[in-house]
Parts: sequence; structure tokens; C-alpha cells
Amino acid sequence: MGKQLTNRGKEVDRSPMTFLESIYLWNIIKGMGITISHLFKKKATINYPEQKRSFSKVFRGLHVLNRDAEGRENCTACGLCAVACPAEAITMEAAERLPGEEHLYREEKYAAKYEINMLRCIFCGLCEEACPKDAIYLSETFAPANYSRKGFIYKKEDLVIPHPIHEKEAYEKARGGRVEINKKD
Amino acid sequence: MYLLSIDLWFLLEKALLIGGIIGLSFFIAMYTTYAERKVAAWLQDRRGPNRAGPFGIFQPLADGGKLFFKEEIIPLASNKFLFILGPAMAMITALVASTVIPWAAPFITKGGNVIPMQVADVDMGILLVFGIVSVGVYGIMIGGWASNNKFSLMAAIRGASQMVSYELPMGMALLAVLFMTGSLKMSEIVSVQVQNGWNVIYQPLGFIIFFICALAECNRTPFDLPEAENELNFGYHQEYSSMKLGFYLFAEYINMFISAAIMATVFLGGYDIPFVNEASWGLSSFWMTFISFSVLMSKICFFLFVFLWIRWTIPRFRFDQLMDLGWKKLIPLALINMIITAAVMLWLNK
Amino acid sequence: MGITQILFWFLSIAAIFSALMVISSKNPVHSVLWLIVTFFSISGHYIVLNAQFLAIVNVIVYAGAIMVLFLFVIMLMNLNKESEPQKHKWLRIAGAVAGGCLLLVFVAALKDTDIKHQQALVNTGNIGLIKNLGKELFTTYVVPFEISSILFLSAMVGAVVIGKKE
Repeated sequence: MGKQLTNRGKEVDRSPMTFLESIYLWNIIKGMGITISHLFKKKATINYPEQKRSFSKVFRGLHVLNRDAEGRENCTACGLCAVACPAEAITMEAAERLPGEEHLYREEKYAAKYEINMLRCIFCGLCEEACPKDAIYLSETFAPANYSRKGFIYKKEDLVIPHPIHEKEAYEKARGGRVEINKKD
Repeated sequence: MYLLSIDLWFLLEKALLIGGIIGLSFFIAMYTTYAERKVAAWLQDRRGPNRAGPFGIFQPLADGGKLFFKEEIIPLASNKFLFILGPAMAMITALVASTVIPWAAPFITKGGNVIPMQVADVDMGILLVFGIVSVGVYGIMIGGWASNNKFSLMAAIRGASQMVSYELPMGMALLAVLFMTGSLKMSEIVSVQVQNGWNVIYQPLGFIIFFICALAECNRTPFDLPEAENELNFGYHQEYSSMKLGFYLFAEYINMFISAAIMATVFLGGYDIPFVNEASWGLSSFWMTFISFSVLMSKICFFLFVFLWIRWTIPRFRFDQLMDLGWKKLIPLALINMIITAAVMLWLNK
Repeated sequence: MGITQILFWFLSIAAIFSALMVISSKNPVHSVLWLIVTFFSISGHYIVLNAQFLAIVNVIVYAGAIMVLFLFVIMLMNLNKESEPQKHKWLRIAGAVAGGCLLLVFVAALKDTDIKHQQALVNTGNIGLIKNLGKELFTTYVVPFEISSILFLSAMVGAVVIGKKE
């Protein structure tokens, strides 16, 4: 026998069956004992949409583009997240803030286009670590199923968190105890 | 006119009974599909269907409705008439076998008329069931051949050879029981057991052989080779769709129900309640009939559960193992059982 | 016309029609299926004569087992109109002559029997019930019965010998 990785490995018994074994009956009864014992065990599954399992504290789900307390987008389209991304899932286009848009974007530069390809993303969280402006977070939800590949390329509209003042409820829900506002400031 | 002299009450009584039994067969078969999924889930630490209605009890209705509204496809190269005849045969043979089973203690009306809860108490009794079971092969064979598909044909031939082979030990195991009862009438078999105790006590080996053969005759796991998904693409009903497929699947469950009823009747005393003499309770005839019927039904449900339990425990046999088990183990065992029973009967009656 | 007579005529017509279909249908699988129908109508005749045991055994043995094996062989051989070899003309004539001879023998044998004068016991006779039949077979006809079992045994031995041969 070759080297064993664990001490749980068992050599397969290939000796010919005895008469008792060849009737199968005893082994069948043993197997049925095992299955019937599972009838009384705790079920491993839950009623999913009604009950949900809580996520781990460090679970990394879908991305969220953050806003500050006044509802201005944090992202400055510096591109550090795209550089940090090992799967190259993030693309963005920067634009300059025009006068009169101060209530929309926190700084002079903002992301006009921001896309994450959820089929490429490996949810490693490096973008979150790389971001100097607290603009991107990984939330507690995961990407739902979709009919086409196109549906998995999340646009900026899909990613930006709801407005904290105008859509307070949706904002709280999207935050989910995870996104802290202006943590690094 | 001779035709008019037929007892109309007799006809009505039998018609009601037949309708009731067919309805019951369908109902039980429907809920066996539900139980199958539930038991499978429970034995695998899951929950099973629980969306349609409370605890998912409307699931069989949803499944049936789905089958009804599915598109019906008849392959171009198939033999159309036989293609339709196949599932019809499977269904008819499954339903007809229930005629000779005594479902409950006979009901005695106020006028003193005895109404047996049995469609036909023919002299052949249990042999009639055998005849119908042996004809049941044709549903599979015709369907498999008419599909004009290699896999269907292979599965049909497998199924037929399996059923023909397992009929032999089944019959022999039953013969030992018939030695003891001395009659083929189902009502007589039950009444002998009511007096002397259940046959399973005297014939444990015969019971095990009969049970194994019943599994094989119903094409249940571990003998579901005709339906082997991974070798034969779903077996003899591969080309079937819509309610024709539903008929095949349904016929299997009705067969299970009927074979459970026959095992309960022949080996577990039918509608007899063990350890008590229910005749001394002095209940009214209606309640006696009702209680005996529910006793039989609980025995049947027990067998159905065991069928499901076995299905979700034991993997499928290989075909050579199946034939080995049938011809080299069960038939000799059944023969030995038969000879021993005959010898003991002779010795006791000397 | 009583119900037994109606049944008799119905079953007779069914039996003869299906027997004709056996020899006239082109597809051998259809032939076998028609033969099964024939067996069923004959079983029906037995039931009309109150010979229940014969009826059921006819169904179990012939319709349920032997015909299944027939069907097996025919389905596996995949016979159809195109692949069937054309039989020689002389072979056909020989077949017709042989069949005619058989018919002649049957007619000659049945002509002089007094079957016409014996009334079949319809619905009343109970010799066909299993108890009476068993008693009759094991007392009056025990020797032919046992001889036929030896015949079956020899057939079985023959089948095994052929099966064992390389």
C-alpha cells in the first residue's frame, strides 16, 4: 500500500463472500437501520425563502458603491480597485464634476461608468482593501441567478447604495450593518 | 328476458364496490408518490415537497395537473396503436388485480343480507392475481417495443425477463401457504388466519421470498432495472410523455398498493386485528366493517412504507446478480420451503 | 338468448377473428399479440364452462409466459417485411399440402365422435374447480399425469443439454 495521507483509510476487503453475505439479507437490514435512523435526525435543510441562514461576519458578497451621509458618491474613479482586482472584473470611466453637481459627487472627479463583471469576480475583497475613499464594500448578499451573461455585468446603477436621505429604508437595508459611513475620514 | 332477471341490487352493490376500489387505488397511488418524495427527503435529512398546500399535501394534484397539460409526443416511427395500448395495458392490469382482495369484514345489513367487501370471491382467488400479474408484462413489452427505440426495447426485455423469472419463486412461496390453508379463495385464506394466527408466523421464509419477488414484480428498487436511468436512459417509457408517461408511473404505484394488499392478506391476516377476538366486542356491523378496513389499510401502509424505505436504502442490482438471485437462490429456497411445509403438514395430519 | 349464450357467441367470434388475424397479419409482432387475444378468448370460453382453473392456467402459462418468450425472440430478431426472405414456390405448395393434411386428419378424427350429442355443462358443472380437478387428476388420471411430468422433465434436460453445448 502506498503512503496514506490520513489514518482513516481502510483497505478494501476483497475476500470472496461467505454464504451469509451472499444472501445480502443481513447487510440489507443493517443498511436499512442506518437509513431509518436518519428519519429521526435533525434536517440539514431549512425552508429557504422564509428562513435564512445568517451570514458569517466576514462573508464577502455583492459589491456596494458607497455614499456619504449627505448622499454624495464617494468614488473618485482613481482606478486602484481595478488595479488591485486579481480577476480583472472592474472597469470604470472617470469624469470631471461640473458646477452644480456638488450634491451628487463628493470630490471633483467621479466615476461616470463603473462596471463589475460578477462572472469574473472571485469576491476576494481586494478592491475593498485597496479603496482609499471607502467607496466600495462587499455586502452580505450574493449575486442572484440570471438568464444571460449580460445580466451579470453590474452597472453603476446596480451597485450604488440607495440615497441615505431620500430612500432611508432601502439605504439601511442595503447597508446591512456592514457599510460604515466615512470610516476612514 | 334473461338479461332483465339479473339482480339489480347485486349489480349496484358491485358497481359501488368497484368504483370505490378504483378510487381508492388512485388515491393511494397519488399519495404514494407524495410519500415517496417525503420519505426520500426524510431519509436523506431533507424536508421534501412542502410548497403546495400545508405540508405539500396538494403536491400530487400539482404533479398530475402538470402531466395532463404536458405536450403529448408520439414518435413518428413508432407503432401508434401499440404505443397507446402499452400504458393502457399497464394501467388495466394494475387495476384488475384488486378484484379478489377482501377489503374488510363482510357488511351485514339490517335485513340480514351479507354484503362481502370483495368484488369477486372466485374459486381461483390468488391464482387470478398471478394470471393478471403475468399479463402485466405486456404493458411494458408493448410500450417498449412500440417506441421504436433501442433503449426502450432493451429495458422492456429486461423487465419482462425479470418478471417472468420472479413469478416462479413467488408462486412457489405462495404454494407453501396454500398447503396450509387448503384453498385458493382469498376469503378462506383470511378466515383460516383469523382462526389459526397469521401465516407469516408459520411461513417466515416464504414471506421473505414473496416480499422480495413482490419488489421485483413491481419493478421497485433494488430490482428497478427496466427503469435504470443511467444505463438505459429511463427505460421502457423513455419515449413517453404527458399522461401516457403518467399512466406508466401511476401503474407502478397501483401495483405497489395491490401487492402490499396481497401480502397483507396472504401473510398478515388481511383485515384481522391481532391478539384480540373482535367478534366478541359486540359492535354493530358497520363499525366492524369500518375497523377491519382500517386495519387492512394500516397494514398496507406499513408495507408501502417498507417499499419506500427499501428504495432509498438499497442500490440497484446488476442484471446477472438479479438473475442469480432469482434462479439460483430464491427458487431453491422456495422449493425447500415448500417441501418442508408439505412434510410437516403430512406429519401433523397423520 | 341468455347471457351465457351471448358471451359464447362473442368469445367465439373473437377467438376465430383473432386466430385469422394471427395468420394474416404481416408483422410477426402483431401476430403474437393477436395470438394472445386468441388465448384470452379461449380462457373466456373456459370461464363460461365454469372451468376456472383451466382458464387461469391458460392465461398464466400461455398468455403470460410462453407468449412473452415468443415476443422476446421476435422483438430481438427484428423481423419485418423488407428483410423477410422470399420463400420458394415449391416450399409454399408443400406448406399448403401439409396444412391441408392436418386439416383432413382433424376433420376425420372429429367427424365420428359423438361430441354433438353431449351437452357442455355451462355454468353448472364444477369439475373445473380446483379441488375436483385435482382429485380427478391424482386419482383417475394419475398415470398420464405423471407421464406428462416425465415428458416435461425430459424437455428440461434437453434444453439444458442444448444450452451447455458450445
